[in-house]
Amino acid sequence: MKQVFGYPESLQNRPNHYCPGCTHGIIHRLVAEAIDELQVREKTIAVAPVGCAVLAYNYFNCDAQQAAHGRAPAVATGIKRALPDRIVFTYQGDGDLASIGMAEIVHAANRGENITVIFVNNAIYGMTGGQMAPTTLPGQKTTTSPYGRDTATTGYPIQVCEMLNTLKAPAFIARVSVHDPKNVMKAKEAIKKAFEYQVNGKGFSLVEVLSTCPTNWGMTPVEALKWLENNMVPVFPLGTFRSLEEVSK
Amino acid sequence: MTLEGIFAGFGGQGVMLIGQLLAYAGMYEGKQVSWFPSYGPEMRGGTANCSVVVSDEPVGSPVISEPDLLVAMNRPSLEKFEPMLKSGGMLFYNSSLIHVTPKRTDIQVIPIPANDIATELGNAKVANMVVMGAILKKTGVVKLETVVSVLKKTMTGNKEKLIALNQQALEKGMELVG
Amino acid sequence: MAERIMMKGNEAFAEGAIKAGCRFFFGYPITPQNEIPEYMSRRMPEVGGTFIQAESEVSAINMVYGAGGAGARAMTSSSSPGISLKQEGISYIATAEVPCVIVNVARGGPGLGGLTPSQADYFQAVKGGGHGDYHMIVFAPGSVQEIIDLMYEAFVTADKYRNPVMVLADGLLGQMMEPVVLRDWEDLQIPEKPWASTGMVAGKPQSVINSLGLAPEELENMNIRLQNKYRTIEENEVRYEEDGVEDAELIIVAYGTSARVSKSAINKARAEGKKVGLFRPITLWPFPSKRLAELAEAGKRFMTVEMSAGQMIEDVKLAVNGKSEVEFYGRYNGAIPSVTEVYQAIMKSFEGREVHK
Repeated sequence: MKQVFGYPESLQNRPNHYCPGCTHGIIHRLVAEAIDELQVREKTIAVAPVGCAVLAYNYFNCDAQQAAHGRAPAVATGIKRALPDRIVFTYQGDGDLASIGMAEIVHAANRGENITVIFVNNAIYGMTGGQMAPTTLPGQKTTTSPYGRDTATTGYPIQVCEMLNTLKAPAFIARVSVHDPKNVMKAKEAIKKAFEYQVNGKGFSLVEVLSTCPTNWGMTPVEALKWLENNMVPVFPLGTFRSLEEVSK
Repeated sequence: MTLEGIFAGFGGQGVMLIGQLLAYAGMYEGKQVSWFPSYGPEMRGGTANCSVVVSDEPVGSPVISEPDLLVAMNRPSLEKFEPMLKSGGMLFYNSSLIHVTPKRTDIQVIPIPANDIATELGNAKVANMVVMGAILKKTGVVKLETVVSVLKKTMTGNKEKLIALNQQALEKGMELVG
Repeated sequence: MAERIMMKGNEAFAEGAIKAGCRFFFGYPITPQNEIPEYMSRRMPEVGGTFIQAESEVSAINMVYGAGGAGARAMTSSSSPGISLKQEGISYIATAEVPCVIVNVARGGPGLGGLTPSQADYFQAVKGGGHGDYHMIVFAPGSVQEIIDLMYEAFVTADKYRNPVMVLADGLLGQMMEPVVLRDWEDLQIPEKPWASTGMVAGKPQSVINSLGLAPEELENMNIRLQNKYRTIEENEVRYEEDGVEDAELIIVAYGTSARVSKSAINKARAEGKKVGLFRPITLWPFPSKRLAELAEAGKRFMTVEMSAGQMIEDVKLAVNGKSEVEFYGRYNGAIPSVTEVYQAIMKSFEGREVHK
């Protein structure tokens, strides 16, 4: 009998700790599938962040290094420079990448480090219990914006892709979402493309994945997917911001 | 034998350089040496100085509290370091630019019209080398040949043509106190 | 004998690292250590190495963590305020047991402080600095030659124990020039690092470079393993130098620049007939406590000379454990104690004690 569905080799076959309905599981799988399809699992080194994905090394079936909060792009830089023929990726949340680690991500991108960044944006701090993130939407209630994010005092959600797209060096920048099957397929395509860029030595690649946090948003998983589509997508437009071929035209 | 010297002047007067030159020459003659510069904001404006120790023994403190030798290329340096000089120590001062006389009477005072001599030689920049020549003659701490060989090692490329002028300045300085 | 060349302390850190097989340098500008990254930016390309001027001290130490975790000999350098920024990374590195070398060319603090030499980062270096129960091995060179030699030892020791090693100097050692002999280490070989995170090539089991231990028992076991390692290091890696301690009544305990100044002051006091010797710790952690305890038992008294308000004196007091007197002389505003001052402190210590035991 032909097997039509299975566990990617790049994913360890074990239960994860993510909340029910959280889209980290989908994103992990997409990353693992991309690594499998490019046949680079043995050469891959993951860099885990601080945040919900802190235990990512327990799920990805590859070597890994756990980084301090926000420092994953710097750690990945060190690994990639030491082992240029390896495939190095970071997996970071919005607090990790766009708040405490803003300097690291901007400069890794600006150096054109040949690494891949999977940036999971769910507009909230998940692991610490639902505080306001740099990507929290205006008016969104969190445990540290109980009256809703006030743009007059806390500013606006940071659009990471748009910001990094002002830099000259990055090779591939895309924003995708996983709120429905069609978008999951597109997300897969973008993630695979990002890794391909690295495999081909093209330089820095980043995929921002809009993700849900049903627990901290206080919604059911289905409500959360709807909320993402209706509220996050308008603020964080989906699409490919940079791909080297298009730039060089 | 241990000689501890402080070389001080405005930035650009080449005091760091002659300090290093002495340290290098000492090293090539098999002695123990150290060179320590003032650094940081002092490098810009004000006085720059360096401390040099040349010794037959391993060098203890590279920082000098009672120098045997002081080179003052400008007045602020003279005022700052003259009180530190060891009794009986040698003070070489640039009398082209310093128009006051040192106060101490328990030291050897050696005025050198360094800028005037250097200008006569055709390049005011070698004023430091004139003083260096005087030091060589007065202290005998290292030989002129060693100093010249250090110049030959370090002045390469388009600086090579300046070696002769520097040597001339050293010799002038030696004659002056000879 | 190999040729002596003049070298600046900061250049010696850099060339010493290259000679020790370090090929990865990550740093950020800060006075008075700028010659280190400058030298590395010029030299690394010549030896096929990597130099990155990182966006911050924080990033630099994390690049070291990455490269070290991937099995490379990697280092960073900075000066006091920059070293403070690296503490988070150092804590992770120590816990994840990633070998690497961190150079601190210390300057006067606290806060932004000044640019002049200081030894006020002693506590930070030997007592942790970052969070948690960890130790760096801390080497304190006293000359430019020793900087070169200890950089080699630092990389070897880091690899041997999978532990970060700090080489702690001050601005004076960084800025001064002395003759050195550069040598190619005959036994230079970087050991195999099967623990490194280099990819699960050819069935290699998963390596995770990690300092996380969410379960209390897991975390305690991790700490027990670290503490056992630290005891082994304390047993085997203590280094110090003694000069004239046998007949000494008073022993000056000083490291780095302070030891140099003290040496000159001691010579002066000896010439006056004072029985004074020098004890120079070369490893600040592990601290040569055992030997100091022996000397205390033998009836010696001590004075630490430090460019701080008195930090190492606490370790000396712990070592002698009340069996002997421990005095202090220090300058702590980024100033260097002068030979005269230390000499006077020594002479004062002998006042009223002329009765020999």
